[in-house]
Amino acid sequence: MDFSLDEDQVALREAVRRYCERSYPLQARGDPETPDLARTHWQGLAELGVLGMPIAEEWGGGGLGATEVMLASHEFGRALGGVGFVPAVVLCGHLLGAGGEALRRRWLSALAAGESRVSFACGAAEMRGDLTRPGVVASADGDGFLLRGEKAFVLEHDDSDAVLLLARTAGRDGDETGLTLFLLEPNQAGIERHVFTTLDGRRAMRLALDGVAAPAQAVLGRPHEGHALAREGVDRALAAWCSEATGAIEALFDQTLEYIKTRRQFGSALIGFQALQHRMADLLMSLELSRSMACAAAMAVEEAPPAERRRIVDAAKVFIGKAGREAGHCAIQLHGGMGMTDECRVGHYVKRLMVLDQYFGNAADHLRRLAAI
Amino acid sequence: MKFRFSAADEAFRQEVRQFVRDNLDPALKRKVELGLRLERADYVAWYGKLEQRGWITPGWPPEHGGPGWTHLQRYIFDEETQLGGAPRIITSGINMLGPVLIAFGTAEQKARYLPAIRRSETWWGQGFSEPGSGSDLASLRTTAVREGDHYVVNGHKIWTSYAHVCEMLFCLVRTDPDAAKPQQGISFLLIDAKTPGVTIRPIRMLDGGRDLNEVFLDNVRVPVGNLVGEENKGWSYGKYLLGHERTGIAGIGGCKQQLARARRLAAAQPLGEGCLLDDPAVRERLAALETDLMALEFTSLRILSANQSVRVPGVEASILKVRGTELRQQILDLLVDIAGPWAVPFSEEAMLEGFDDESPTPEAFVAVAANALDARKASIYGGTNEVQRNVIAKVMSS
Repeated sequence: MDFSLDEDQVALREAVRRYCERSYPLQARGDPETPDLARTHWQGLAELGVLGMPIAEEWGGGGLGATEVMLASHEFGRALGGVGFVPAVVLCGHLLGAGGEALRRRWLSALAAGESRVSFACGAAEMRGDLTRPGVVASADGDGFLLRGEKAFVLEHDDSDAVLLLARTAGRDGDETGLTLFLLEPNQAGIERHVFTTLDGRRAMRLALDGVAAPAQAVLGRPHEGHALAREGVDRALAAWCSEATGAIEALFDQTLEYIKTRRQFGSALIGFQALQHRMADLLMSLELSRSMACAAAMAVEEAPPAERRRIVDAAKVFIGKAGREAGHCAIQLHGGMGMTDECRVGHYVKRLMVLDQYFGNAADHLRRLAAI
Repeated sequence: MKFRFSAADEAFRQEVRQFVRDNLDPALKRKVELGLRLERADYVAWYGKLEQRGWITPGWPPEHGGPGWTHLQRYIFDEETQLGGAPRIITSGINMLGPVLIAFGTAEQKARYLPAIRRSETWWGQGFSEPGSGSDLASLRTTAVREGDHYVVNGHKIWTSYAHVCEMLFCLVRTDPDAAKPQQGISFLLIDAKTPGVTIRPIRMLDGGRDLNEVFLDNVRVPVGNLVGEENKGWSYGKYLLGHERTGIAGIGGCKQQLARARRLAAAQPLGEGCLLDDPAVRERLAALETDLMALEFTSLRILSANQSVRVPGVEASILKVRGTELRQQILDLLVDIAGPWAVPFSEEAMLEGFDDESPTPEAFVAVAANALDARKASIYGGTNEVQRNVIAKVMSS
């Protein structure tokens, strides 16, 4: 086992950090992006090479692995940046790689170049981590399928050119077989879109599907066998989100330490009070353990067989979800009233951590899964 | 010792419960139960009913319009109104200034201000904290300099609840900068919010709320008749007031209502073929919080009983404040976990109306995340929980 980074990886981390410092000014972090700014950021990420990072080189990508994704995600967590990166690039980028020649040709290089946005749609049960209850049924219709149902969450995207989703094509809810991955275009007939805002100031979409036609070519991977592929994609995304959360925890640690060194009450800097020193010591320990779990998850999604991969990703999600919540509590408390304001950036990190905890199952949901093994 | 409430107290409980049922507007009850944003008009609508019944100022003596209840009756009133989904009595006029004026105000001040507070005609804002003086309140720097029949006040107050809809402010100001101890040169002043030089700026909070304010005081001329009690004795009045503020902070009724709601929502949230409440871990968390609540409830009741002492006398309020606020925060975090995906969408419209056509979140969950964020302030205001623990430590080691 080796946690060390090579020169290229260190250089990548530095490049993403510089980009974030330039593109996400400290005082605006967490504020909603205007559509113009969102486009500028997406283009910036493309130029940085981040959007093609895990995509194969033949499609214009970087052919890089989960370690590089981890490094970039951590930086995005520190800066509350990279909106839409994980669902589009890490999750959909992986799923599209398993698509047929035509789908790959159409979407992968466009995704890597920032020309097309691709996102993943999930329903409420999937958002709790249960991919066997997709909330959408696809019935055979000639050579293709007709899709009906609802996907309440297209995460971090409100204007994608393509949406990937799981639908039930056979069997019943709870079965891992009989699930098929589809690619739809949101402007297709039968799709109703509702854009809504999320707690962290981002935008998302809800899709209602009422008889949406999907040809056989819109299927990713093999029909009825989409679960394992989707699970692997989701685990890769969860590993990246764990790194993002760890970056956010690190930012909270840094800001809180800085604040209590400067804030004075009772004739002394707050850092002089032992009760607060101990809280910061606990936060530091949580941060370091979270980093280790984020590394373990990144290594596992690259190298471990499915059962082990899942166990480690679940554990990382539990540990980092809990650490993120505690870090938020600590950072607000030590900032006092200031920590409760919108102007102070602490609250924005706290809200992002609350949202990240809910992606594909919160800490309690993942703990339930681990306990059932 | 007796386990049951007396027949008289039980009858009183039924009377309050029935009153809430008969008088609380269902639309307001829904807003309170869903944790939506309330405006002054919402509070005033309910306070008007309480005022007619003579119940708006439970902590005031009967000669000033209080109902003359025992401590236990006040406790039952708080619990029943919160369980019934009524807004809490949150105004600084009723909870803080009233008791101070009754104890230390002039006859003229009492006659002028107390009836208007009872009728919700005048709302008061509390000007204590300053940007540089939070936990260390005695370091406050807002000055009041006597000039003839006026004090001229200059300074900057912060965290003033509802100042943007208040007619009046009560402030701690420094009248003797040369006093031997910082606590000794402070006075308690009443300031009309319309006086030239008073600027009120709402602060946007992390949950989107705007109930707290900054108050800038720039050469504000305040008549000397607005001084409460004696000059330079304001610190002791402030301490008296903060003692009153802590009495209801354990918030037993609110915790009970939220925990019952958590149990109900867990039973309605699907999980696999069943629901979240089927999960033993969820039931265990609920049971653990219900146990903590029970311990806090029996402690509140024990402290109210006659001839009771705690191991370290004088720290009762700190015990209830720390444990009550932490419990409330844990219950709201559990509600977020139960909401799961539904805690992710957030809409200002839904915080006011309970729904937003674009958002997928069911009504029951629209405010859960915002409420959990807002609850973080409970361990900060009224003396942070760190300060409360210091109080306990100081008393026990003296």
